Order: sequence, then C-alpha cells, then structure tokens
Amino acid sequence: MTIDWSWITRHAAEIGAQMGQHVTLAGLSLVFGLAIAFPLALVAVRWPRLYGPSLALTGVLFTVPSLALFILLIPFTGLSIATSLIGLTIYTLLILFRNIVEGLRAVPADVREAARALGYSKSRRLLSVELPIALPVIVAGIRIAAVTTIGMVTVTALIGQGGLGQLFITGFTLHFTTPLVVGFVLSIALAITVDLLLAALLWWVTPWQRGRSA
Amino acid sequence: MNKSGMRHAVWLLVAISAPAAAIGLNADGLGVAGPLLDWFSAPAQWSGPTGLPARVGEHLYYMATAMGIALLIALPIGIGLGHWGRGGLLAINVANMGRAVPSFGLVILMFLLVGFGYLPVLVALVALAIPPMVTNSYVGMQTVDPAVRTAAVALGLSRWQRLFSVELPIALPLVMAGIRTSAVQVLSTATLAAYVGLGGLGRYLIDGLAQQQLAQVVGGALVVAALAVLLEAGLAGLQRMLVSPGVRR
Repeated sequence: MTIDWSWITRHAAEIGAQMGQHVTLAGLSLVFGLAIAFPLALVAVRWPRLYGPSLALTGVLFTVPSLALFILLIPFTGLSIATSLIGLTIYTLLILFRNIVEGLRAVPADVREAARALGYSKSRRLLSVELPIALPVIVAGIRIAAVTTIGMVTVTALIGQGGLGQLFITGFTLHFTTPLVVGFVLSIALAITVDLLLAALLWWVTPWQRGRSA
Repeated sequence: MNKSGMRHAVWLLVAISAPAAAIGLNADGLGVAGPLLDWFSAPAQWSGPTGLPARVGEHLYYMATAMGIALLIALPIGIGLGHWGRGGLLAINVANMGRAVPSFGLVILMFLLVGFGYLPVLVALVALAIPPMVTNSYVGMQTVDPAVRTAAVALGLSRWQRLFSVELPIALPLVMAGIRTSAVQVLSTATLAAYVGLGGLGRYLIDGLAQQQLAQVVGGALVVAALAVLLEAGLAGLQRMLVSPGVRR
C-alpha cells in the first residue's frame, strides 16, 4: 500500500470541502438530536411509566442498519441532504435520550429533596441541581453519539452526501488506495479529536468532579 | 430489554410506522406502495440465486462466520483479562476506538488491499465485531463482587470451576450485551458487502440505488431492518434463557 502524496496536495481543496460537509452533517445531527432528545427525556423522567416503552422503542429503532434507515427515508425526503440529516439525527437521538434519562434518574433523591426544602422551583431545581449532577452521564452519551455519527456519515455517501465517505467511493471506483486512506484516517482523527474535546469540556464545566475516578 | 418492553416496542413500532408508511408512500406522488407489493409478491423474488431466501441465506452466512470467528477471539481475551484483572485500560477503550472506525471505509480498504472475494469482507466484519465483545465481557467479569470470588475460593473451587460456575454466570448479562451489539453491527455492515461485489441483502440496496428502482431499494431495506430487529429479539430471548434467575437485573 503506497500513498500518493502528490494526489493529496492536488486535491486538498476537495478534501477540505468533504471534511467540511462531514463536520456539518455530524454537528447538525448532534444538535438536532440533543434538541429533540432533551424534552423527550424530561417527559420520560416526569412520567416513569413512559420510560420502559420509549426505551424499548429506541432500542429497536437503533438495531435498524443505518443504510436501511437512510433508504427507508428516501420515499419521504428523496435523495436530499435532509434524508442523511434525518437518519443521522435518529441515531444520535436514540443514544442521547437513553443517557439523558439515565443521568437524570441517577440524581440522588435526597439531593432533590434538599433542593426542594431550600425552596428551589421545579425549573431552577432542574437547571442548577439535577442537570449539573447528571452532566457526566449526559456528556458520556454525547461522546458516544458524536463518535458513532462521525463514522456513520460516511455511509450517506451511498445516497449522495457522505462527507469523507465520498473519498471512499472515489478510492473504490478508481481502485486507488490514497483517497480511501485519506478519508479513513481523517474520519478516525475527527472522531478522536471530537471525543477528546468533549472530555475536556466536561472536565472544564464540572470542577467538583476533578480528582474523582469516573 | 425485557419481555414486556419488547412487546411495547413492537406495538409502538407498528402503531407509528403503519400510518406513516400509508401516508408517506402514497401522498408524495412517488407511489412506492404498489411497486413494493409487486416486488414482494413476484414469484421470482422467492426462488433462485437472486431471490429473497438466497439473499437472506448469504447475509446470515456472512454474519454467522464473522461472528463465529470474532467470538472465538474476543471472548477469551475479554473474559481472561477480566478474570485476571489485567489490561483494563486497553479492554475498556478498545470498544471506543472501534466505534471511531468507519465500517464502510474498512470494507473498501480491505477490498483494495486483499482483492475481490469474501476474505476481505470477513476480515473487516471480524475486526468490527471484536471490540464491543472484549469490552463488555471484561466489564462483566469486573462486576463480579470480590466477596463472591473469595467465597468461591473458600469453598475450595478450582480456578476453572470458579471461572465457569461462579464468575461467568454472573458476568453473562454483560457478555451477552456485547454479543448483541456486535451481532447487530455485523448484520448491518454485511449489507455493505454488496458494494464490493458480494451477495447478501445489500445487493437489493446497492443495485436498486444504482438502477434507481425505489421498490427494490425500499423492499431490501425493509427486509434488512426486519432481520436486524428479529436478530436482536432472538438474542434477547436467548439471554433470558441462559442468564440464571438469580443474577437478572
């Protein structure tokens, strides 16, 4: 396996654009996933009877292979970027929902009661007591969702988007390893970088957790 | 997922997907529902080397061989490391590292390195299946209460007896969780085998996309999705049968 370095320099702009699309697709689906998962998780925590069924449903949906899910969206949204985005969002949503609920449910009851005794309103209790305590579990979910989504974006190359996944297809059609390896390495590097950044972010926003082992 | 959870999920899935499919497939003017029914009911679809039974068979063959090899590699490593309490950092992080690897890229990479055939795909599938099973079986072994381990030693059980009749049964729920994760992932990635010229259910997806035959693409996707859900349900059932009632959580 030899790498043609001149190919990389000649196609730097193209690689940059695909990297940009990759980051956009993964980033937007994470943001949308969070925006949808959060209220759903609050509902599930508030009415625990809903939690079992909704967790079971998200579990079943999560087993559906990504390519199949993307394709099942085609009759609704066509071969558009919306199809990729909705599909990716569904996967992030499933991971995030579970972790947000688990994190909020793990807040000790006595802490909750202490906050109530101190006269915290429901929303303030959520924002300044429960959420900070649940943050490590929630961020763990965001990290898993981010890394999974960054890998999954490449599959959307088969339905016309794909970010760095387009380099896989270029490598396959030209029978040429260089683009493939570039896409492969960049995708993994992006996933690891985002994972480490999120870990650092958690460390920074939860000073009381430092020095404790996870 | 427990039994009632599974039942809930299936009902919810039916309740959500049936009207969504009815509205979406007809209202958007594409009219997929009719061609889809034709696709499923065509006699050619149910026999011969390109029929559904053959494709499902190929797909399950890819999954079974890859999972068989991966199980033989991953479980001894994860269970061994967990039993001796070594290599924890590696065992825990290997699943995270595995998640970062884009499976689509790995399949094509192996194809370009090895050439056409089942071997490159098999290598990619095995490589993807190993990490979740190593991590989960390691964590499962680590969750065994040290008091239980000590009690087993005090009862005079040999190392192998302790491993097989005390520690493994307690670790089994997590070991099975790893196997389920890997199996579903391998089933999912096996659809990409068609991209590098192999068979399996991915053929319908890849060919249908290339020929712009929506019915074939959607039909194939439905079968893959159903197979994945059935696999997960089957493994969940297997887990219920295998896990001792005393350690169920």
